[in-house]
Amino acid sequence: MAFIPHTADDIDRMLERIGAQSIDDLFDEIPAALRAGALKLPPAMGEMELGRLLTERAQGDGRPVNFIGAGAYEHHIPAPVWAITTRGEFYSAYTPYQAEASQGTLQLIYEYQSMMCALTGMEVSNASLYDGASALAEACLMAVRANRGSNSRRILLPRSLNPTYRQVAHAIAGNQGLVFESVDFDRAAGRTALQALLPYSGQDVTALVIQQPNFFGCLEEVDELTDWAHQNKILVIAVVNPISLAVLKAPGQWGARTEAGHGADIVCGEGQPLGVPLASGGPYFGFMTTRMQYVRQMPGRIVGRTVDTEGRPGFSLTLQAREQHIRRSKATSNICTNQGLLVTAATIYMSLLGAAGLQRVAAASLQRTADLVARLSAVAGVKAAFTAARFHEAVLLLDRPVPPVLNALAQRGILGGLDLTDRYPELGHALLVCATETKLDVDIDSYAAALADVMQVARAAA
Amino acid sequence: MTELQAREPLIFELGKPGRQAVTQFPPHAPGTAEIPAHLRRAVPPALPEVSELQAVRHFTRLSQMNFSIDTHFYPLGSCTMKYNPKACNSFAMLPEFLALHPLGPEPQGFMACMYELQEMLQEITGMQGVSLTPMAGAQGEFAGVAMIRAYHQARNDMGRTEIIVPQAAHGTNPATAAMCGCSVKEIPCDANGDVDIAALRAAVGPATAGIMLTNPSTLGVFEHKIAEVARIVHEAGGLLYYDGANLNAILGKVRPGDMGFDVIHMNLHKTFSTPHGGGGPGSGAVGVGARLLPYLPIPIVGRDGARYRWLTERDLPQSIGRLSGFMGNAGVNLRAYIYMRLLGREGMVRVAEFAALNANYLMKRLQAAGFEAAYPKRRASHEFIVTLKSENRLYGVTAMDVAKRLLDYGFHAPTTYFPLLVPECLLIEPTETEAKEDLDRFCEAMIAIRREMQHEPEKLAAAPHTMPVRRLNDVRAAKQLDLAWKPAA
Repeated sequence: MAFIPHTADDIDRMLERIGAQSIDDLFDEIPAALRAGALKLPPAMGEMELGRLLTERAQGDGRPVNFIGAGAYEHHIPAPVWAITTRGEFYSAYTPYQAEASQGTLQLIYEYQSMMCALTGMEVSNASLYDGASALAEACLMAVRANRGSNSRRILLPRSLNPTYRQVAHAIAGNQGLVFESVDFDRAAGRTALQALLPYSGQDVTALVIQQPNFFGCLEEVDELTDWAHQNKILVIAVVNPISLAVLKAPGQWGARTEAGHGADIVCGEGQPLGVPLASGGPYFGFMTTRMQYVRQMPGRIVGRTVDTEGRPGFSLTLQAREQHIRRSKATSNICTNQGLLVTAATIYMSLLGAAGLQRVAAASLQRTADLVARLSAVAGVKAAFTAARFHEAVLLLDRPVPPVLNALAQRGILGGLDLTDRYPELGHALLVCATETKLDVDIDSYAAALADVMQVARAAA
Repeated sequence: MTELQAREPLIFELGKPGRQAVTQFPPHAPGTAEIPAHLRRAVPPALPEVSELQAVRHFTRLSQMNFSIDTHFYPLGSCTMKYNPKACNSFAMLPEFLALHPLGPEPQGFMACMYELQEMLQEITGMQGVSLTPMAGAQGEFAGVAMIRAYHQARNDMGRTEIIVPQAAHGTNPATAAMCGCSVKEIPCDANGDVDIAALRAAVGPATAGIMLTNPSTLGVFEHKIAEVARIVHEAGGLLYYDGANLNAILGKVRPGDMGFDVIHMNLHKTFSTPHGGGGPGSGAVGVGARLLPYLPIPIVGRDGARYRWLTERDLPQSIGRLSGFMGNAGVNLRAYIYMRLLGREGMVRVAEFAALNANYLMKRLQAAGFEAAYPKRRASHEFIVTLKSENRLYGVTAMDVAKRLLDYGFHAPTTYFPLLVPECLLIEPTETEAKEDLDRFCEAMIAIRREMQHEPEKLAAAPHTMPVRRLNDVRAAKQLDLAWKPAA
C-alpha cells in the first residue's frame, strides 16, 4: 500500500483499542445515502513505471532554444540553489508558526527580506506573495489602504504594463470596487509619455503603476513619472524585474528628493528570475517591499528579529494582526500559504551571485539582447519597433504575420519570441524577443540564420 | 534531546568585500553604457559576498535548525503534514519539464498530465469541472466566492452579497469573503460540533450569496446534517462552498459534489501531498458543479481530439478571469499528479481509511492517559481536538506550554488555539503515513508531559529547553521592528 506503513497486526491492535470492528466502522457517521461508490481512477503505478511514463512525456516536449521572456526569464541557476532548496528540512517543513522549531526558515526569510530591501531601495519586505501578477493586484489594494487622501480607488495602469498583470489586477481587485484606467504609450519611443498623464493632474487618483523595464523591454522615464504622481498626491507602485535592479536605479531612488522622502511607495514584481526555473509558469513568487510608514498596510507574512527569554537573538513571524488568522474579515489580504520554498531558492541565488554577479547577469543579458536585435533587424523585412533604451527585451516589427514565422522557427527548434498581435493590434506584426546571459553567440547566429531563411521562404511563397 | 543546529550568523556577517563565487557568473563582463545615466544604479545593493562553500554551509546549517516531515513527526491539525514522496519532486524536476516556457507552444506531454489531473480531481470530488490555476487554498477560496458572485450577478440577482461562515471556520474564509466584496455572517455550532440549524435558518435570506463550510469541520467531526444544510441554503437561493482543507478525511468515502456542494477548493499541498516548503507554494485547484462551469478561472486544459490546448477567455467568456501571470503553480500541480498516479484508485481510498484509523487510535490512547477529547462522543475524522482546560485549572499549564514541551521530546507541536471556540485546545492530525510505533512514542511523550504538569509545571512554562532558541519575545518583535539587516553606516 503506497506510503502506508500499517501491518495487518497493527490494524487489528489499533481497531481493538478503538473498539471498532473494521476500518469502515470509523466512517459510520457519514449518512449511508451519501457514501461514495468505487472511484473511476487509474490503478496504482510503481515508481519505476511512472518514471518511464513521465520521462517519455517530458522528452516529447523537447528542449527548444528559447527567446521568449514576457514575464518569465531563463537564467543560469547555480547547482547549489536547488540542491539545498530541496533538502527535506526546507522542502517538507511547515509555515514557521512554531518559531523555536523553525529558526532556519525564519532566519532565511529575514535574510531574504534584507536582500529585497537592498535591491529595491526600500525599508521593509514581506515574505512573498504568489507571483508577480497577483503581487501587483495586492499592491493596488494596499495603495487604497495607504493613500488616506484618496477616496476614488482609481489606479492608473500604463498600456506598456504586462497585459496579463492588468487582467489579474482586474480579476482580483475589481470585486472591491477598484477602477483601472489605461494610460497610453508613445508609439515611437515605446514608453509612457508624461503627456498622457497630464489629463489626470489635480484629480483624485489613488496610485500610478510604473513597470521598469516595461513589457516591451523599454526603460520608462521613472523620475518624471514619479514626480508627477507625488505632485498630485498619487502613490507610485513600481513593478520591477529584480535582476535589472543590479544595474537600474532602485525604485527607492526614483524621482526628486522631497520632504516626504522620495522614490516609489510600493515595489512589487515577479521573483522568478532569481533562481527559479521556467517550469511552465510556476511555482514562482511575488515580492513586495515598501516604506516603513506603510508596513501595517502590507499583505502577507513578515519575519522580525527579536530576542528570546534569555536575551539571545532569534526570529519570529511578526505584525500578525494584519493577517487573516487573527483579523479574519478585516485582514489586509486573505493570503495564508505563500511561496516560501521559492524564496529559499532566491535567497541562495542572491547569496551566490552577490551584487557583482547580479550586475554581470544583468549586463550580459542587456548585451545579448542588443546583439540579438542587431542581428535580427538586419534580416530583410524585420526592424526594431521602438527607440527608447532597453534592458533585455525588445519588440521587432515584421513585414508579414507573426504566427507562421514562429511556427516555422519552432520546427527548427527555436522559440522565436511572443506574438503581440492580439495584445497590441495597433503595432501591426509585432514580436517580443528576449535574450538573457544563457544565450551564446551560436544561439543568436542560428536564430538570425533561421529567421532570414524563414522570411525568405515566406516572401518567395507570397 | 533533539539535535538541531544551535546558531548561525547572518549571511551578511560571513562575507568579505571582494569575495565572489565566480563560477556562477557569466563569462563576459560587458559595460552598461546603453543605459542612460539618470536611469542607472549608482550604488550596488548590499548583498552577501561569500564563496560558494560558505553559502552552501550557511544554508545547509539553517536547514538543520528546522523541524520537517522528513525528520520529525508533525501532527499539525488542519495542515495534513504527511510524507511528501521523493518521486514527486524528482519527476517534476525532469530537465525538460523545468525548461518549458509558459508562453511557448502547448507542451503536449505536460498538458496530458494536467488534463488527467483535472479529470481525477473531478472524479474524487464529484464535480463537473476543475481549474488548476489558483495558487493556494486562499486563492482557491477567492475563486470560489468570486464564481458564486458572478453566478448571482449573471442572473441579475444583485442583492446577494452575504457569505455565511461557521464560527469555527479558518480565518481565510471571512477574509476571502471580504476580498470578494461580500459581508460575512458568522453562525454558531451546537454542542456536538455540528452547524446550529436554527441559527442557519435565521441567517439565510434574499441577501445570502452562499455558505462556506469545511466537512469534516475544523472541530474534527463529520457534519451530520450536511444534507439539511444544503437544502436550507439552496432553498434560500444561495450556493454551497466546500473548503477542502480537510479533504484528506473523506477521500473516496464521500464526495463534496454528492453532499450538495456547488464549488470546492482543494489544497493540493495537503491532501495530495505536495510539500509545504516552509510556508508554500501550495495549489488551490477549484472544482464546480454544472451551475458554475462558465465562471471557472482560466486557463484550463482542454482537449480537441488527440490534442491538448489551453482554454482561455475565448472559450469561457464568462470566466472570473486570470488569477496568475501564467497557469498557476504548474510544478505543484505536476507533483500532485504524480502522487495520485502512485496511489491510484486503491491508494486513494486508503488515505482516508488510515488517516481515520491513526486519528481514532491516537484519540483513544490519549483519552486513556487522562486527556480530555473535546468531542468524546464523536468519531475522530482525520484529526481531533484535546482540550487542556482542566489541566489549565489544576496545574496552571496552557496548551502553548504543552506544545512547546513537545518540541523538546522531538515532536512538532499540534495546532494550538484553533479552533478558537475550544479552550486550551490542541488540534491533532497524525496523517496516514505515520506508523503505529510513532503514534505510540507520541503518546508516551504526552504521558510524560502530563507527569511533568503535576510535579514540575515550571518546566513546561519555560519550555522549550533544547531548541536553538527559547520562547521569543513577540511583543518586542512587533514594537521594535527589526525587519531587515542594514550595513553599518
